[in-house]
Amino acid sequence: MLGLMLALPLAGFLVNGVAALGGRKVSAKLAGTIASAAIFGSFLIAVSKFLELRAAEESARIASETVFQWITVGDFSLPFKLTVDPLGSVMTLVVTGVGFLIHVYSIGYMDHDRTPPKFFAYLNLFTFAMLALVLGASFPVLFLGWEGVGLCSYLLIGYWYDDIAKASAGKKAFVVNRIGDLGFLVGIFILFGMFGTLDFAGLKEAVHAQQSAGTLNVALLTAATMCLFIGAMGKSAQIPLYVWLPDAMAGPTPVSALIHAATMVTAGVYMVARLNFLFSLCPESLMLVSGTGAATAIFAATIAIVQRDIKKVLAYSTVSQLGYMFMAVGVGAYAAGIFHLVTHAFFKALLFLGSGSVIHGMHEEQDILKMGGLKKYMPRTYVTFVIGTIAIAGIPPLAGFFSKDEILWEAFSSRMGMAGPALWAVGALTALLTAFYMTRLTCLTFLGKPRFDPHHAHPHESPNTMVVPLMILAALSIVGGFLGVPGHSMIGEWLIHAEPAGEAHDSLEYVLMTLSALIAFAGVGLGYFMYVKRPDLPEKFQSSLQAAYRVLFNKYYIDELYEALLVRPVAWLADVCWKIFDVIFVDGFVLGLAKVSKASGEAARLIQTGAVQIYAAFILTGLIATVGYFIYVARH
Amino acid sequence: MSLVTEHLLTLIVFLPTVFAILLLPFSDQDESGRKGLKIAALVSSLAVFALSLLLYTGFDSAAPGFQFNERHGWIPAFGITYWIGIDGISLFLILLTTFLTPIVILSSWNAIERKLKAYLALLLVLETGMIGAFVALDVFLFYIFWEAMLVPMYFLIGVWGGKERIYASMKFFLFTLVGSLLMLVAIFYLLAAHKEQFGGYSAAITDLYKLKIAFDGFLSPQTLLFLAFAASFAIKVPMFPLHTWLPDAHVQAPTAGSVILAGVLLKFGGYGFIRFAFPVFPAAVQYVAPAFMALGAIAIVYGAWVSMVQPDIKKLVAYSSVSHMGFVILGLFSLNTYAVTGSIYQMLSHGVSTGGLFLIVGMIYERRHTREIADFGGISRAMPLFATVFMIVTLSSVALPGTNGFIGEFLILLGSFQVSRLWTVIAGTGVIFGAVYMLWMFQRVMFGPLANEENKALPDLSLRELAVMAPIVAAVFVMGIFPNLFLAKMEVSVRQFLTQIKV
Repeated sequence: MLGLMLALPLAGFLVNGVAALGGRKVSAKLAGTIASAAIFGSFLIAVSKFLELRAAEESARIASETVFQWITVGDFSLPFKLTVDPLGSVMTLVVTGVGFLIHVYSIGYMDHDRTPPKFFAYLNLFTFAMLALVLGASFPVLFLGWEGVGLCSYLLIGYWYDDIAKASAGKKAFVVNRIGDLGFLVGIFILFGMFGTLDFAGLKEAVHAQQSAGTLNVALLTAATMCLFIGAMGKSAQIPLYVWLPDAMAGPTPVSALIHAATMVTAGVYMVARLNFLFSLCPESLMLVSGTGAATAIFAATIAIVQRDIKKVLAYSTVSQLGYMFMAVGVGAYAAGIFHLVTHAFFKALLFLGSGSVIHGMHEEQDILKMGGLKKYMPRTYVTFVIGTIAIAGIPPLAGFFSKDEILWEAFSSRMGMAGPALWAVGALTALLTAFYMTRLTCLTFLGKPRFDPHHAHPHESPNTMVVPLMILAALSIVGGFLGVPGHSMIGEWLIHAEPAGEAHDSLEYVLMTLSALIAFAGVGLGYFMYVKRPDLPEKFQSSLQAAYRVLFNKYYIDELYEALLVRPVAWLADVCWKIFDVIFVDGFVLGLAKVSKASGEAARLIQTGAVQIYAAFILTGLIATVGYFIYVARH
Repeated sequence: MSLVTEHLLTLIVFLPTVFAILLLPFSDQDESGRKGLKIAALVSSLAVFALSLLLYTGFDSAAPGFQFNERHGWIPAFGITYWIGIDGISLFLILLTTFLTPIVILSSWNAIERKLKAYLALLLVLETGMIGAFVALDVFLFYIFWEAMLVPMYFLIGVWGGKERIYASMKFFLFTLVGSLLMLVAIFYLLAAHKEQFGGYSAAITDLYKLKIAFDGFLSPQTLLFLAFAASFAIKVPMFPLHTWLPDAHVQAPTAGSVILAGVLLKFGGYGFIRFAFPVFPAAVQYVAPAFMALGAIAIVYGAWVSMVQPDIKKLVAYSSVSHMGFVILGLFSLNTYAVTGSIYQMLSHGVSTGGLFLIVGMIYERRHTREIADFGGISRAMPLFATVFMIVTLSSVALPGTNGFIGEFLILLGSFQVSRLWTVIAGTGVIFGAVYMLWMFQRVMFGPLANEENKALPDLSLRELAVMAPIVAAVFVMGIFPNLFLAKMEVSVRQFLTQIKV
């Protein structure tokens, strides 16, 4: 069954792929229906697996399936094995469930596209790879999925490859991810050296064995987990490897929703949660994870405040929210991290698809300063978008409130000394910024007076194939939080068999909870005040805080910095290698030798006839002489 | 029938040359004659490929030692015999050779206008040389085949190559010849040493393995002899910094020459190390291994960097070979099961991927008569089928899991990491730069607006070109998804190899 869950999207990929290569025009409706059906099939399997696991006893909630033997070298055997456990089950539900909605949405969105089968083939291939990533029972299978989703991301960001900037954004994503992948691979190699296995279950056993024997090298394990986290930084767009994600918005908007918000970018969080049995042994690594997460969360949130492109705002918001998730898993609250991953998948997919509906309705306009008043033209998109905004802002009782609050509480109460409250403070400030910039985005897009020429732009509501998925996601964004109500966290129980032991739910938790609700309201209120009540204020701020605004608008000039510090020096060095070392040094040496031999050849011009036969004769003579010499030596 | 089974290897070695001779009486002056010759050559090479598949099916993966042995006395005075046989390592290198030969013949269908008959005959003779060198188990016989394949390759570049073909072919010839002569001297030393230690000459490889050659650091006979062999093999690989003949040879060679050169000839470097240099000089190998691992890692990064700045696609692919073959060196000198297996796999995989890339470069060159990256852009729009095939081969070259490239690189790095963390991490950066130069090249050639007028009407792949690329694409995936089809037959041989090099 697990194999089938992967096989369906793979089959969809092949069908649409062949159709795309066939060159005949296939409608988005046909291609999209095939692709959506495949994902829906996978979703049904995911549901049935979930029910199956739920019916089983807690200790027996795991099912494995070996599809075939992949790599066997000596005593190292690596099956292509899939395993589903509670964590994997949650992920498969998100990937196939949200994925299905986005597939359906794409039928409408890609209606006028030139090559719909190609688009849907890539989407299906992505789902296949993402499922392999989630269900892979060992590092190499996970890595196959990891690279596979990266490939699909690359192909889909650059889907409209005629635009070189888009193609270039795809390449940037791939390359930056490869930097993370190197860390990931090194982490894998260290673990293999330590435990001699790459299978997750086997690793777990080996770790326990070494632990009880007292031979576990924690320093090395810390190095390994840190390396693995570098991989997560790439895939999940954390500082310093986040730079590819904002550029990735060049892809079609459903791609941004599926790959660059709901699923692929959460792979790093998933990986850390999957390997929590390693990370939890390494406090320094956890510190790195939570610290990086917190720093990224607030850093990206500040950038999001001033961006003008609707998708860029959402992109930085995604980077920031991913930071939130890492903050959670970094304090050991894996369930909280995954909980936020799930709710975020709902409301961020909703927001991206909503932005797609806006862009679609506005004929490819993405600048929110050229929008405004769209509420009237696309009411259903507006309502769902507002729900998404409230959900991400953390207004109770929508999904984001519960998951964010859970993270804040876990951070605050973590046993990390002063680091706990510090993380909480950063998280709370980020929450304020999030509520603010999301409100700003919604107000500038949908409220106020139109800042476009309505005779020219003709904004219109999107078709049902697009709006219905929005509604479903909106519903999930409303109720999703109830999966993890404090004290009765279903997702917490499901993932770690029990509510985390330790701190009881004392009054402090409720104080903090109230505080985070207030923060959310404050952010939303401030945003509403500045962008609806007093729309003159933002410009005043902007002109009085020119320098700060420019730094934020230009994203702290990080791309420029990387260009100057990394890209150019490497390009320069490469040039030197080629033109100086290869051409002048090595070739110069060889040609120099040639000149020497030419000079000696001129001295011996009499025998230099230029005929190959003569040279061959010389070679032969030399050979015979050498042979003769050795025979002589051997005899004596 | 038993005649065939008993002499299967000899048959596979010499059949291409027999076919080449059979081509000679026919004329390549008129169109029908040319067509006949091409079909005849293609069918011949396919027949050889089919025969070589019998080696795969007949190969016993559990048996140690050499299989399909055939041994006859030849020059008894020096203990030289005609001894051929294969193990699980040479088996696949032979298959790679017989797999690529029909592909290159089909790929040169329209590209060769002058002296077609000679061209086809030389390709077939070259095949004999290559297979012969892979099966020879007598060091002298090996040397003869080794030198024999130089000649047809020299002519392929020198006669059918590009503008600078004479310079390139001379450079190729000289580099390889210098290496070969050093090896020859070392071979004579070994023969003499055998006489001294065992009282008689023998050039049989298994007898040479038994030699005890004095080892005492760098300036001892074993190290120097190893380096003499290594010079020859390292030039073939080509190992940094002995690689500069390669870009010139590739750029000037006709497509088929490049494919064979990258696909098979470079593999003799790695194969030579495995079959001859390592087991005969185990102490020296251990002694120099760290230095060679370093050179391998440097080659990976260096090759990738230099690839990055090439304006010519073919040169870019040529330098990428330096990078990919650096992995082979890194893996072989790691001296453990994973890395060595990975190296062998990487050799096969590189033959498929880089061979595929050269075929692709050849296809656009035939259309546009330029290889300058700057002349292209937006080709995907004009040639969608070509774009797909190109993308698949590109991904295999950047070692994406699921393709052939991944298995080799992963196993090499997994193994080498346990020996040298530093050089493995440095080599690992090659994984990043590999993506940079390949994807950047792909982007500049295939993506962006289709602006250049001359590119707008480019025809997509023809059926013949599809037939050329289909086996490559299939091999990319089969090797990436079902590596055990190959690994299972190599295992015993690799294990045996590793015991031979224990000091």
